[in-house]
Amino acid sequence: MLELNNVTTYYGNIQALKDVSLIINEGEIITLIGANGAGKTTTLMSISGLTPPRSGQIVFEKNPIHGLNPEKIVRMGVSHVPEGRRIFPFLTVLENLDMGAFLRKDKDGIRKDLKYVFELFPILAQRKHQAGGTLSGGEQQMLAISRALMARPRLLLLDEPSLGLAPLIIKQIFSIIEKLNKEHNTTIFLVEQNANLALKIAHRAYVMENGNITLTGSGHDLLSNDAVKKAYLGI
Amino acid sequence: MTPLKHILRSIMISIWFMFLTFPLMVVYINPLNYTVTWRWKNMIMVGIGTFFASFFWRRFQNRTVGNNDKPSLGQKTLNHIYTSPEISRMLLGVLILFTLSFPFIFSTYQTNVFTTALMYVVLGLGLNIVVGLAGLLDLGYVAFYAVGAYSYALLNHHFGVGFWVALPLGALVAAFFGILLGIPVLRLRGDYLAIVTLGFGEIIRLILENWDKVFFGPSGISNISRPAFFGVELVEKSIPHAIKYMYYLVLLLVLFTIFFVNRLKNSRIGRAWIALREDEIACQAMGINKMRTKLTAFALGATWAGMVGVIFAAKTTFINPASFTFMESAIILSIVVLGGMGSIPGVILGAFFLVLLPEYFRTLGDYRMLAFGASMVIMMVFRPQGLISHIRTKYNFNAKEPLA
Repeated sequence: MLELNNVTTYYGNIQALKDVSLIINEGEIITLIGANGAGKTTTLMSISGLTPPRSGQIVFEKNPIHGLNPEKIVRMGVSHVPEGRRIFPFLTVLENLDMGAFLRKDKDGIRKDLKYVFELFPILAQRKHQAGGTLSGGEQQMLAISRALMARPRLLLLDEPSLGLAPLIIKQIFSIIEKLNKEHNTTIFLVEQNANLALKIAHRAYVMENGNITLTGSGHDLLSNDAVKKAYLGI
Repeated sequence: MTPLKHILRSIMISIWFMFLTFPLMVVYINPLNYTVTWRWKNMIMVGIGTFFASFFWRRFQNRTVGNNDKPSLGQKTLNHIYTSPEISRMLLGVLILFTLSFPFIFSTYQTNVFTTALMYVVLGLGLNIVVGLAGLLDLGYVAFYAVGAYSYALLNHHFGVGFWVALPLGALVAAFFGILLGIPVLRLRGDYLAIVTLGFGEIIRLILENWDKVFFGPSGISNISRPAFFGVELVEKSIPHAIKYMYYLVLLLVLFTIFFVNRLKNSRIGRAWIALREDEIACQAMGINKMRTKLTAFALGATWAGMVGVIFAAKTTFINPASFTFMESAIILSIVVLGGMGSIPGVILGAFFLVLLPEYFRTLGDYRMLAFGASMVIMMVFRPQGLISHIRTKYNFNAKEPLA
């Protein structure tokens, strides 16, 4: 579904990604783990066009998407939940969700998706007229995911959904991610620091260090890999 | 704080004010006799005045600190007006009657002044799209106003194009300039954008002033036609009629603008502007085209400036570059900021304040900038959100509803 071939991305003079190649098949949950500053977020931003790569190819469903506007990439069915939630604090929950459906014109479809999202996260339905900034951290993360879902993506890019949340909420969000993957057949590319949890739900995983992919395998395999255990699971 | 502390602070403040106002209030130089008069009495007056003002202000604040959560009387009445449909409907009725009958009750002079105020209402609402909604600080807004005015003046001068044809044309030309300026400039943010737009405003004015062959330089363009009334030229002699007509015309534009901006505010693009102001990266991740959204705001703002420009040229029948200085941009921006960014009633009130007060206190014209500056400082300290702040959504918490 998505293929990265030798992608390199720079911030000014600083190289963040060095020849990153990875493959995501349809219907998979793929996770990318790594230390701070390894380039995980940059990988996602390169895919969604927020920091266009300097060289290499990104191919989504046989169409090259590197160098395209973020707008066009969203239109093709790739939604990005940015790191740190980044909801719109002064817009209400409902307006936030409507922003997610910015490129869509089908009112009935939007209404249906709104209902679906409210079923996934009933708390958002209760808070729908509340300003986004007044939500708790967990609710904001739910809103951020829901907002991305409103674009009806086929590939969902999730950047650290567990950031700063209580363990119970993290569990809830992860179970929803699995549910989305199973029920809607949404392909999910998950970037995480919480390696333990991420590897448990992932079909396959990549490990990133200093802008390189250093290890790959099934989630289960990596969980029992000694190097991963030592570096990321603290065992 | 104890009263003693209040007194000490107030003394400090009065000394500071005596020092500040020293050159203005105490020293008096008579340039004819080369004498200097020292008006020490003024200094004492200033000292005593500020002391008491500061003391009572402090006492007053001290008293209100305790019951901060209770809404003040003014807020209560405002809320009451907002929520009660009868009162707001009655007020609206009175307002409509008043504005409609205004030219027949008041003199031609008053009507003319009021028309100017209404023009600034439209300009303020136009800039409000750019500054208040999209959050792009535009210090060269007057350039688009000038573009509109000169479009009509030149079209009328060379080709005899009438007002009604020029109105949409002027708006279009201004919008075009808005896009032209916007494409390179909107990559910048915040302060940088402000400086570049400021430069653009000055460039337009300098071109108008110095390119004599095309724009007639500082002597301007005169004998611009007044608007026709459904194809009938209003005779030049009946200037009072023309002024009345102009008044209704501008009033119509104000109503149209209020309607349009209100719709815009609650539309998807309006929300996209607010969202873009809050978080650009999140917006891009949502598929909102940053550039196009900002350009729309810029072009729409320019469109309104262009329309008012055409009306301005038709109203005064004479324009020259002196009407489009940076001061004009500053006043329009002040209208938006003073009135309340993003708030339609706020901008309307702000326009009336900033246009009518200087007009009616013309005798105190020397102190205008002094009062202007002081009121700006006071506003920013005590009411930074503007006279009527922008309320987006009201959230009423219902305690009966169970939490979670």
